[in-house]
This record gives sequence, C-alpha cells and structure tokens, in this order.
Amino acid sequence: MSTSTVIPSPREISTEPRRSDKVFRGVVSAGGFSSLAILGLIAIFLAYRGFEVLKEEGLGFIINAEWTITQDESANVVESDFGLAAMLVGTILCALVAVVIAVPISVFSALYLNFYAPNWLKKILVAVIDMMAAFPSILFGIWGFLVLMPSVEYWGKLINKWLGWIPLFEVKPYFLSRSPFVAGVVLAIMIIPIVTSIAREIFAQAPLDRIQAAFALGATRWAMIKAVVIPHGRSGVVGGAMLGLGRAMGETVAVYTVLNIVFQINWHVLLGAGGNVASLIILKFGEANLYEIKGLMAAGLVLFLLTLAVNFLADFIVKRTGKSGR
Amino acid sequence: MIQTPESEKTMSSTTPSSLASVASAKAERSAPTSAQGTGLEARGIHAWFGKNHVLSNINLDFAAGSVTALIGPSGCGKSTFIRTLNRMHEFIPGAAMAGEVLLDGKDVYAPGVDVTKIRLQVGMVFQKPNPFPSMTIGENVLSGLKLAQLKVHNKDELLESCLVRAGLWNEVKDRLDAHGGSLSGGQQQRLCIARALAVSPEVLLMDEPCSALDPGSTLRIEETIRELSDSMTIIIVTHNMQQAARVSDYTAFFLSDGGPGEMIEVATTSEIFSKPKDQRTENYVTGRFG
Repeated sequence: MSTSTVIPSPREISTEPRRSDKVFRGVVSAGGFSSLAILGLIAIFLAYRGFEVLKEEGLGFIINAEWTITQDESANVVESDFGLAAMLVGTILCALVAVVIAVPISVFSALYLNFYAPNWLKKILVAVIDMMAAFPSILFGIWGFLVLMPSVEYWGKLINKWLGWIPLFEVKPYFLSRSPFVAGVVLAIMIIPIVTSIAREIFAQAPLDRIQAAFALGATRWAMIKAVVIPHGRSGVVGGAMLGLGRAMGETVAVYTVLNIVFQINWHVLLGAGGNVASLIILKFGEANLYEIKGLMAAGLVLFLLTLAVNFLADFIVKRTGKSGR
Repeated sequence: MIQTPESEKTMSSTTPSSLASVASAKAERSAPTSAQGTGLEARGIHAWFGKNHVLSNINLDFAAGSVTALIGPSGCGKSTFIRTLNRMHEFIPGAAMAGEVLLDGKDVYAPGVDVTKIRLQVGMVFQKPNPFPSMTIGENVLSGLKLAQLKVHNKDELLESCLVRAGLWNEVKDRLDAHGGSLSGGQQQRLCIARALAVSPEVLLMDEPCSALDPGSTLRIEETIRELSDSMTIIIVTHNMQQAARVSDYTAFFLSDGGPGEMIEVATTSEIFSKPKDQRTENYVTGRFG
C-alpha cells in the first residue's frame, strides 16, 4: 500500500426526486400539517376569545367554584365571578369512575375475543363493539337517565352502606340521584368500545413464538395469558385507558343528561352534585351574553389543555413501560 | 478474503463416506438406564391443514433414551410430525390429524386426556430461541413450574442443575437476575433448553434448534443433546446432515413428492448414511438432491 494516502472529506450525497414523488410528498404533507393547523387554530381561537376573562379572574378561574354573572336592565355586566374548580373536580371524578369501571371490562372482553371466543362469535362481537363506538352519545345519555340511573342508584346505596366510612363514598345530605357515579357508569359504557378495540389489537400482536413456548411448557390458557400476553400488552392497555380517560373528560351531552350540575366542589362520588367542564359550556351557552361566552371559551381552553396533558401523560407512560415485556 | 484450498475442501466435502464415518465414529453407547418411561410410538399419523393433506401414514417408534434425527427437504412434514407428538399441531387454525401417539402405551389424543400434562411430559425446543423477555434468566428457567403450577422443594438446586445440563451455568451463574433477552442467540437457545428441562420431560422435541445459530453454539448444543440423551428420549428435526450424523442413534428420512409427506426410511444413523435401502435416501444424504 502506498504511503501517501490522502483521506478525503465525506462526499455530499443527494438525490433528485421525480416530479410524481414531489407531488405526492406535497399532498401527504398537506394532510399531515392540516390536522396540526386545525388544532393550533382552535387553541388560538379559544385563548383569544377567553383571554379577557382569564386576565380578569386570574388563578381564581381554576380555584373558585362559583359561576355567577349579574346584568343591569340594558344588559351591561355589573358583576361577574367565573370559577371552574367544581367543574374540573367533576370532570376528573366522572372520568376516573368511568376508567375504573371500563378498563377491567374492556381487558377481559379483549382477552375473551382474542383467546376464547369461537371465530363466528368473535366476528359478531367485534362488529357489535365497533357499532357501539359509533353510537350517538345523546342516546347513551337518555338511556342512562331512564334505564340505568335507578339501578345504579341502588348500587350506589349498597356502596354507601358498606363503604360509606371511606370519605370518597360519603353521602351527606343523603341524595344519591344524578351523582358523578351515575355519570361515570354511563361514560364507562361509552368508552368500553374504544378501550376494548385498542386492547384487542395489542393482545393480538402478542408474539406467537412466546405463546407457543408457554403452551409447550404445559401452560393452561390463562397461565399463558398471564406470562406472555399481559406483559406484552400492558403498556398498550395503559395507553388505551388514557385515551378513554381523555374521551370521558371531553364528553358533553351524556353527562349533561344524567348529572345534577351544581357549582360546588364535590369529591363524594355518590352524592348527587357535580358537573364537568363540557356540560357547563352546554348549560350556559344558550343564554350567555358576550362576556359570559368569553368565560365559556376560557373554560374550553382549560379543558383543551387538560385533555392535552392527559394525552401527553399517556404517551409518556406508554413509552416508559413499553420497553419491558417486548 | 483469503481462503486456502484446504479449508475450502473441508467446508464442502459432504461425501457419504465422511458422514458415515462421523456416524459410526460416535462412541457406541450402552443401553441408557436412567431414562424415564418406555418411550413414544407414533401409529399411522396423518395430518391436514384445512383440506391440504400434508403428512401420510407415519409409523415410528422412539425407544426410551434414544436420539432420533428427522431429516428431509423443506416442506416434507417433519416439523408438522413432531408437533403432532406433543399436541402443538392443533394450535394452527384448520389443523387436523389422524392416528395415535402412544406415550408409555397411552394415546395422548384419547378423550379426557389433559393436554397440559402431555406437554409437560413431551417438552419442546423451537427453531427460533424464544425466552420470555419480561422474565430474568432464572425466572425463565423456572417458568414452566409457574405456568403449570407445579411445586418444587428446592428451586435453587433445580435452577442450577437445569442450567448445568443445558451447558449454560458457567456463563450465567453470576447474572441470573439479568433479562433473558440480554443473552446471545446461542445462549438464549440453551436457556430455552434449560427451561424445557425444568419440568423434567420424558421426551424432548427439538425443531431445528441450531438453524439460527453459529457453528460454535451449534457444537455446544450438540454436546448438550448427547449428555441429555442418557436421561430422556430426544427427537430432533435438522437440515444439517453432519448434525444428524453426529448426535443421533436413529435417523428417519421424510420426503414429499408433491403430495403429503411420507417417511421413506428409518434405520440406525450409521446405516442411513452408509448403506441406505432406498435410492431416494441415498440421493438426499449424498447431496445429489434436495
């Protein structure tokens, strides 16, 4: 080998894409950026419209529970006090009840569909569950109000009787109708389809070679599921639950139908008082004047940010737990 | 790359005489004494995937403590056949079978048989190493006990003996708490062998256990097979003739001529590689076909 080898600097490598490639790239990027643009514009719109109220109320907008507005005869705002605390607590409470009820049911039905159901039944059930996801929420609300509420109240009474010593299940005064618990049950039924289909897809991806390894070691079906499928699907199920949580927090009509909306912070799940941010907006929007609408936009912005935070948290949890079990 | 003519020659010389000498050079083993059970017998096995008839009338006996190699070109039904032996065949949707598999004289397909017990008695090692990634090395070895809900008195002793028998103990004894996925491919495969041993099967099925491994790991696993054959019956599917010649006592040749796979011939390994009865077997083992 010669002694005078000159080490060259790396070459610049470039390709000239064809025109069809460029066009396609443009179309696809437009699609990708449009959703980002729409989301951004909504956030800007909410912030712009709600800014006046947010500035006026400051931190009180999140801490205070009252929502009052007084006008004189010529419809000028005399006094206003906007606070979201009760609605935020209600939002979180209803959504948590929904997730606590929906996730176990969804996980079990996903396991049943993937590993136990005969093929013909599986097809029918998957179709039914997908249909449930597309069901209008007002119908869930009405059904929940007319059919579900009486029996859920009965369960509420039982929980209060046996677990009433836990502060969360305390009911004082004794009023169980239209409680966050009832709303949570209705929401649970609404989010079961989406959590089930996510769990089903994740479980279906459990690696076949490990499933075979477990069976070849004399595992029963349930032992195999515990050793292979659940460790593999855990993070996906957490992600699905978070998505369900986000949906439950944003749900409007169904909650508005069943919940007794009261502007008072209430942590007691079974007590018939609560509300959520979305149902506040629908309750007040019809008769609101211009200034109150700004307040409602600010409330919308808070809900938007809360949902965004939950989704980021979900993403974080999925990424962090995703490494084990795969 | 530089290659001497000598090394090239040894790489490619798979003449029948060399394989026969490998097969006969194995130390003749005395009849094994510690093997459990009375062996495994396959009687008139047929297999289908849907309407596709893939395996026709296989009759094969596996004596307790023997090593039997199943050889033949791809798609001739060797893997399907061993999967009928521990009832893993029925996992594939549309799979069907006919015939009997007698384990210690009892049909494993008889009504009322607990299939999980069958799989405890007839263990299996797969082509691709498949340790459980969420478990540590130690947990992987003992996973069979947990999966089948078996109780053992001394777990540590069992863990060590399984890893020793699988030839992995010295490499992992200081990191039993590490995850199974942190091992190399060959180590993972030996971990899977250790895992299969922990439930003390009578029969061990190996479906091309070395096909994804380098020559060094392959040799290590072949040693393991020789050591294990004193205490259990081993059935190994392999595409590697050298391997069949090195490890097995008996060899069965499978072939499919477009239709369902059939067993052409079974004999002692040295016979198959030195004077096979069937012309097709000779063609295959000499590399003139397949």
